[in-house]
Amino acid sequence: MKFTSLLASAAMVLGLATGAMAEDKTKVGFVYVGPVGDGGWTYEHDKGRQAVEAEFGDKVETVFVESVPEGPDAERVMTQMALEGADLIFTTSFGYMDPTINVAKKFPKVKFEHATGYKQAENVSVYSARFYEGRAVQGTIAGRMTKSNIVGYIGSYPIPEVIRGINSAFIHARKVNPDVQFKIVWAYTWFDPAKEADAAKVLIEQGADVILQHTDSTAPQAAAQAAGNVITFGQASDMSEYAPMPRVSSIIDNWAPYYIARTKAVMDGTWTSVSTWDGIGAGMVGIGEISDAVPADVKAEALALKDALANGSYHAFTGPLKKQDGSDWLAEGETADDGTLAGMNFYVEGIEGDIPN
Amino acid sequence: MIVLEKRPQPSRTWSMATPLVAVLATMICGGLLFAVLGKNPVEAIGTIFWEPLFGEYAFYYRPQLLVKGAPLVLIAIGLSLGFRAGIWNIGAEGQYIMGAIVGAGVGLAFYPMEAFYIFPLMVLAGAFGGWVWAMIPAFLKVRFGTNEILVSLMLVYVAEQFLASMSLGLLKNPEGFGFPGSRNLQSYASAHNAELIEGSGMHWGVVAAFVAVIFAYVLLNRHMTGFHIRLTGEAPRAARFAGVKPARLILFCLGMSGALAGLAGLFEVSGPSGQISIDFNVGYGFTAIIVAFLGRLHPVGILLAGGLMALTYIGGEIAQGSLGLPAAAIQVFQGMLLFFLLALDLLTNYRIRAARKEVA
Repeated sequence: MKFTSLLASAAMVLGLATGAMAEDKTKVGFVYVGPVGDGGWTYEHDKGRQAVEAEFGDKVETVFVESVPEGPDAERVMTQMALEGADLIFTTSFGYMDPTINVAKKFPKVKFEHATGYKQAENVSVYSARFYEGRAVQGTIAGRMTKSNIVGYIGSYPIPEVIRGINSAFIHARKVNPDVQFKIVWAYTWFDPAKEADAAKVLIEQGADVILQHTDSTAPQAAAQAAGNVITFGQASDMSEYAPMPRVSSIIDNWAPYYIARTKAVMDGTWTSVSTWDGIGAGMVGIGEISDAVPADVKAEALALKDALANGSYHAFTGPLKKQDGSDWLAEGETADDGTLAGMNFYVEGIEGDIPN
Repeated sequence: MIVLEKRPQPSRTWSMATPLVAVLATMICGGLLFAVLGKNPVEAIGTIFWEPLFGEYAFYYRPQLLVKGAPLVLIAIGLSLGFRAGIWNIGAEGQYIMGAIVGAGVGLAFYPMEAFYIFPLMVLAGAFGGWVWAMIPAFLKVRFGTNEILVSLMLVYVAEQFLASMSLGLLKNPEGFGFPGSRNLQSYASAHNAELIEGSGMHWGVVAAFVAVIFAYVLLNRHMTGFHIRLTGEAPRAARFAGVKPARLILFCLGMSGALAGLAGLFEVSGPSGQISIDFNVGYGFTAIIVAFLGRLHPVGILLAGGLMALTYIGGEIAQGSLGLPAAAIQVFQGMLLFFLLALDLLTNYRIRAARKEVA
């Protein structure tokens, strides 16, 4: 018997079996790239999972597997969840993209939701958050707060997601402080406390008194605290244990409303494949409380920007803007389209250094 | 008083029995660990060892054991040759990465041409990539007497950086919207290491692993080079008198283990994984060291050990999904296995006895 038909028939038997008792429970699976205790990316996804449980109580059952490497292992974990009767599976890392598509083909009745990717299918939705909106707020605070005019930035990987964040933060820092410079260090990891701490120390030694991070651990916060007089922002999670100094604010990923809505859609039978990219307005990106270490006028300015981004009256990438090489990108008043943002692979004018490849 | 007494000869019985006793001890202590975590230990151990083999969905998991175990066995066989002769290649992870990059690179260079010879060329390129990467520590050791443990290990990190660079640069999918990662070889028929029989888990990498086991067995038992390897490990002085050339042996053992690790990388990237990406390597090269020792550096033992290791991975994932065991607990469980194995190894060379009281 062919494997796919074998799987399909198994799934069908399962469908029947769960169908019989299914009135009771919708099973939702989560595949995590890190440990649930990472304090950042995976931690917030897991909070979303808990919110789904809290919302639907007995009507839902959630399962998760943590620290799943991207690649064939992820494919196996997803297959396992689908075999065991999951109705909806969230795969929460970019590297799960092809495995998700592969498994979704074998289980046409199971719904899949892939975070931060671009491959959609009949039963695969994609979703991500406009973190760059949060970066704009961060950039504003960073530009106002820096005394050395050097802002350090810990990049994870030079991919569009991260480059977009650097550009957004830089544009808004420059807007309030024309002398500001960004120093960027690439850690080539999403989560590695030792490497992240080293990166933070290097940046501080080079004179940075603001550290922005696109990695998930709290190690840079600890490094900044040890150095003193350096401010940081929580990444993915609030990291409020480092407030009021060094952590002066944060970007919080809030997946809970989306996870609840999608689970509801599966329960109601209204689920369709969609592509979602929500920002501050929809509540997917949160700005953590701005601490008292930030002067009141700067805080007010940052919050005003946040409101403008939320109600759509301002776009974080509004012209006039030039690319790093001096060529024109956006004309006066023009805003960036989502396609360009999604594949962003260039720095804006003023950032020094090259994007590594 | 209990004393350890050195055996005149390593005990054959214990040498065979320790892996089994170690597995048993791991089950007991692992069970205690799971109990402390508030899970039913019998159910947890049962899930890990029983579900993948005989559970409801075993038809899916059994083939997966082959997929997960094959690269481990293939790499461990190569490592065991060197380990037997006291040549320590710790950098198989790097050789695995380089094999995948070179092999996939050859395949992608032909894209989108379809031809029967593309995959064989990739296989050769994969072995070559791993071999070259292993030749660096081999050459440095032979020529300058450097320590191959350090050099091969450090080259893993170089290979990882190289992998990131390839995923973001040269091998990046031009149709990938700027995201890192190469084209997916699974959708390029001539370069795809597909399952030979659909649903069986058998791909060329699994075949290669079995061939490697047989090859290593014959080499070690029937061939002069195998004799030299064993002799060098067991009696270096005698080996020198027997005319073993250490330099040649180093080049052979490191080259062989590098080539096999490179092959494992190639079969993985062209099959189950499908693409070169920043996080392509997941530690097979390091886990294979455990597999080699768990298998007593014996080809058949390695085959069994690779299967057992694959079982704990897959069973561990099932236990996470269905019982909610944390990933860290599974890793501790796997760590225990190696710990007990090494600890019980003592019994191969020593015996425990109650010391007689000396009468004054």
